[in-house]
Amino acid sequence: MNMIQAINSAMDVMMERDPDVVVMGEDVGYFGGVFRATAGLQAKYGKTRVFDTPISECGIIGVAVGMGAYGLRPVPEIQFADYIYPALDQLVSEAARLRYRSAGEFTAPMTVRSPFGGGIFGGQTHSQSPEGIFTHVSGLKTVIPSTPYDAKGLLIAAIEDNDPVIFFEPKRIYNGPFDGHYDRPVTPWAKHASSEVPEGYYRIDLGKAKVVREGEAVTILAYGTMVHVVQGVVAEQGVDAEVIDLRTLLPLDIDTIEASVKKTGRCMIVHEATRTGGFGAELSAQVQERCFYHLEAPIERVTGYDTPYPHSLEWAYFPGPVRIGEALKKILKD
Amino acid sequence: MEGVPDRRNLPPLRLHVPEPRFRPGDSVDFGDLAIPAAGTAPRPAADAAPDSFHDLAYTMVRVLDDNGQAVGPWDPRLTPDRLRAMLRAMALTRAFDERMFRAQRQGKTSFYMKCTGEEAVAVAAAFALQPDDMCFPSYRQQGLLIARDWDIVDMMNQIYSNRGDRLQGKQLPIMYSVREASFFSISGNLTTQYPQAVGWAMASAAKGDTRIAATWCGEGSTAEGDFHSACTFASVYRAPVIMNVVNNQWAISSFSGFAGAESTTFAARAIGYGIAGLRVDGNDALAVYAATEWAAERARTNQGPTLIEHFTYRAEGHSTSDDPSAYRSADERSEWPLGDPIARLKQHLIALGEWDDERHAAMDLELAEYVKAAARTAEKNGVLGHGMHQPMETLFEGVFEEIPWHLEEQRAQMLSEYDVAGRPGARK
Repeated sequence: MNMIQAINSAMDVMMERDPDVVVMGEDVGYFGGVFRATAGLQAKYGKTRVFDTPISECGIIGVAVGMGAYGLRPVPEIQFADYIYPALDQLVSEAARLRYRSAGEFTAPMTVRSPFGGGIFGGQTHSQSPEGIFTHVSGLKTVIPSTPYDAKGLLIAAIEDNDPVIFFEPKRIYNGPFDGHYDRPVTPWAKHASSEVPEGYYRIDLGKAKVVREGEAVTILAYGTMVHVVQGVVAEQGVDAEVIDLRTLLPLDIDTIEASVKKTGRCMIVHEATRTGGFGAELSAQVQERCFYHLEAPIERVTGYDTPYPHSLEWAYFPGPVRIGEALKKILKD
Repeated sequence: MEGVPDRRNLPPLRLHVPEPRFRPGDSVDFGDLAIPAAGTAPRPAADAAPDSFHDLAYTMVRVLDDNGQAVGPWDPRLTPDRLRAMLRAMALTRAFDERMFRAQRQGKTSFYMKCTGEEAVAVAAAFALQPDDMCFPSYRQQGLLIARDWDIVDMMNQIYSNRGDRLQGKQLPIMYSVREASFFSISGNLTTQYPQAVGWAMASAAKGDTRIAATWCGEGSTAEGDFHSACTFASVYRAPVIMNVVNNQWAISSFSGFAGAESTTFAARAIGYGIAGLRVDGNDALAVYAATEWAAERARTNQGPTLIEHFTYRAEGHSTSDDPSAYRSADERSEWPLGDPIARLKQHLIALGEWDDERHAAMDLELAEYVKAAARTAEKNGVLGHGMHQPMETLFEGVFEEIPWHLEEQRAQMLSEYDVAGRPGARK
């Protein structure tokens, strides 16, 4: 399966298992989603479980909060993460706080799916990585898969989770992993081991990172598309890096990170999102606090620049192989 | 200049900024307010098409006339026992408000909001709904809980944030949450409950349930985007929901003109969405009851949503933090042409020969004593300012279903600091 098929399969499995799971969003019903993630679900489960919505993100999330309060388990889709902002009030003030403010009387067991990230010439409003906004909100969990196998297992775990989960899907790697070399053809998922996805139910627990490459020289923390870009650079440069795919940003798998950085003595953080106030800052602070006496070099952050995401200048903006390579040389210098 | 149109002969544009008619010190005359006579609004069938509500959205459903007689097609024909129960719940709501307002002034709690003058809007609606219909209130529908016989000591515990507070002192006073009474957790963020109510109603319909949802917001809050999305979703999915707009003329210091009232009614908003819209005398408990009963029947028979504007007046300040004499005439309350909802229902019962001044005075006395005793009971659980009434650790509970490591870490840090400083809190 490619990542879209894996995500589709996760929703199919959960809708089959739990009659309270409902899927909703703009174009998700009859048409099956602009990325085909919900294809076939309405035909299989009917219009009252998979339905199209008006173009209103605050409405979609507000309605999902109410459905959750009733006892359903909604899986709303926001067509692009860039368009999640009209729903921020419902996510931050309502979904994230409902359990806390009602002392558990009401909960918002919803999973907000949304394609995110750049690398597709999406320009300013089809490329953003707003995960840092959500990891800053207490009460929300934030999950970002990087392979079809993980996408399905994590999405099933997210739907089963009784807390609201923001599930960002890196759309650059829906069809195949991307190593950052935009001038080369992309290999489809079919040639990748992680495209072996079981048809039925399985889950990958939230809050658990994955060491995708073991190494001794430096720890690289990444998620989403950047996991593949980083692996490409590490292979090309022959660096003995330990690459960790965080998978869940919140709650963070701090133990895996801490053990790795204490082993390698160096830490590099890579994300597409803009730098200032980004999730990398939190990662850097955590590593600094926990691994200070093990660090042999300053923590490096390779991120998007603090600008809106540009269109024609995409490959100057995107933290690709050259920028990651330079940062690796710098951190490994001594 | 080349290409620039010459507009010198046009008068300059003017920006219209609404201004209320009466400011502090002004004498008040509501004489030109269009108040239709009781009994004149027609009562359509519960399955009437949404586009037939144009006139009802601009007139006003009123049942009680100036003599306290119930007139016209909207008279819900309630039994005297039911009328007395409703009167009692409204009077209890007012007595509760009086006591809690005073408790705030005495420093026993940080904050309170009265609903004086608006008791009918919540109480009569609760009487017309089934007890398991889900209510998504704003912060000024405490009458719903009281009408549903919810324990007022429990409400006071929440206001005092004390040991008995089921919300563990996490919420600002009056932001109740009572799942058992089908009363949704109140949020400080205005109108967020509107699309949530629609979603709850959609879920009920999708599951083939028979329960409906009802929600309330003030007229000021109709300006929020959530109001628009809720109306759109309610209309699109024909959700079994009643959307109440409590038009009490004031949003803190801003008069209803800042929500658009100079140009239209709030009930008329319904027309554009294809929703049935009613405009109701909000100080007439029978009109509120009848409209809610009608809308509930419409929702329960899959005829879709109803928007009800309750035309009323916020008789007191916005909250204990507000002084209305700074922005409106003190005479407005006494001059309000729709009177007082409790006085009007009382007059009706007396006109029926089912009530009298003596019984009413005795009831008021009894309710005051009842509320006072409840307050004494609640205060035994503590009042705000007497230290922390909940174990400190509870601060970290309920953010998530299970406490993640980073919150465990912060909790441990807090407790070690507590041990050093001896803070005024209790540990589990």
